[in-house]
Amino acid sequence: MSRGHRPGHRRRGREGQPSPPHGDRILVLPGEEIPGEGLRPGTGTYRVGGKVYASVLGLLQRRPPFVQVVPLSGRYVPKPGDVVVGVVTDVQTTFWLLDIGAPRWAPLHMTGTPWPVEIGETGKFLRVGDSVLVQVESLEATGRIGVTMQGERLGKLDGGTLARVSPARVARVVGRDGSMIDTITRLTGAQVVVGQNGRVWVNGDPEAIRRVSAVLRMIEEHGQRSGLTGRVESYLLATSPIADREDDGGSAPRPPSPPIPSDLPSPEPEDEEFDDDTGSIGPDGP
Amino acid sequence: MGSVGAKDVPVLLTPDGRRIDGRKLDELRPIRIRAGVSHQADGSAFVEWGANKVMAAVYGPREVHPRHLQQNNKAVIQCKYNMAAFSVDERKRPGLDRRSQEISKVIGEAFDSVIFTEEFPRTSIDVYIEVLQANAGTRCAGLVAASVALADAGIPMVDLLPAVAVGKVAGAIALDLKKEEDNFGEADLPMALVPQSGRLVLLQMEGHMTEEELGQALDLGVRGCRDIYEVMKAALRERYAVGAPGGAA
Repeated sequence: MSRGHRPGHRRRGREGQPSPPHGDRILVLPGEEIPGEGLRPGTGTYRVGGKVYASVLGLLQRRPPFVQVVPLSGRYVPKPGDVVVGVVTDVQTTFWLLDIGAPRWAPLHMTGTPWPVEIGETGKFLRVGDSVLVQVESLEATGRIGVTMQGERLGKLDGGTLARVSPARVARVVGRDGSMIDTITRLTGAQVVVGQNGRVWVNGDPEAIRRVSAVLRMIEEHGQRSGLTGRVESYLLATSPIADREDDGGSAPRPPSPPIPSDLPSPEPEDEEFDDDTGSIGPDGP
Repeated sequence: MGSVGAKDVPVLLTPDGRRIDGRKLDELRPIRIRAGVSHQADGSAFVEWGANKVMAAVYGPREVHPRHLQQNNKAVIQCKYNMAAFSVDERKRPGLDRRSQEISKVIGEAFDSVIFTEEFPRTSIDVYIEVLQANAGTRCAGLVAASVALADAGIPMVDLLPAVAVGKVAGAIALDLKKEEDNFGEADLPMALVPQSGRLVLLQMEGHMTEEELGQALDLGVRGCRDIYEVMKAALRERYAVGAPGGAA
């Protein structure tokens, strides 16, 4: 693994913000009034006639005098500093357009790359469909997103495939201090790059890629459960291709879909709480 | 609906105030909503309302296609209402027709008035409504499905948008008409309500009513919308149920 495997991960400070216990997480829907006197509307809210209402579906967060709603769904909202995985959607003479899962395509200017690009020669470096690892630099009021490819670990992602998870699930895919992603790479041998935008680039042999995407689906569907890293570890150990080979000469039919080992003990509650406030909540699995 | 005229008018209202399917005048058909049914879309919902089956999917905010529709200061809302060929008794000729264009327009405009479009300049929010089975009131069912799908897609808006049609059947004002009542009734009045403000953002009428009946119909419709609002909220709460620490939700 020449490339760092969790470049997108950033710790967010939690100083001065006691994270509420699970029970206090209040789901609000658009149009719902947020009770309280003298509240000031933060993101995800609006005020009419002295009352504050939620404008998006999400979790209520009180930071007196402000209230805000942390969205549980929706497109990736670019934040300067985020490292994201993008796909080239258009090649112009001096820049490329990247789909980073945000509302707009992000232009990557040729001067924002580590390469000596001449005008009109952008197509020699990146083509439509290529995956890249870039960093968000700016977000203008017009919605224009500035990205750069100059920085440690940034660049073109050769080969591999792309998987997608909800941007709200990124924290869970990375895990506390990267515990989840460490487990995944260790047990599959795949190269995994997680962008803050929920795009995940996976490279390795086909079996490893298949297992990583199965695990990502598992995290997407069961992201709010506790002991997720333990579950993922158990699943990967139980479905290890080496074990298959020892059992029946490698011709064993593959497990059809990732079974959720709900009856397995989850010995480590370590990822029950982590940086992202939205992590332990969401659509429940079957 | 070509052969409708040849049929006899059914008994739409019994003397004791029961309608063709046994409902009271102010009673809704059973309604069931599921949010988040498609993995492709940013948000989606499926609505079964009486014999109506409607699916809605929302994409965006995303790049605008075609480009010339892009607006510099806000997102454009592109709504497409479509009825499946198999959604009605006689095969519906597939594709755009004047009716679906009109419904797409009024639903899109209703959403334009509640979505905070200025938060996403130069983008498009695409709303697709597919009617799989139709039994009167599909524009309201489609609007309800699309509204839940928009919330599921994390789009900021003033409120969810419940909708219902009120009609005049055998001389009486009745809530939520079904097909026979729509076909043989005297009037049909679909509406969509913003519960937060009490504003109506969609109101159409076909047929005739007195001024007094219209007032009565509006009151009944607003009450119906508020009931549907609760069902919409329950569907979203179910999808985003807060998992207790033990995993039970």
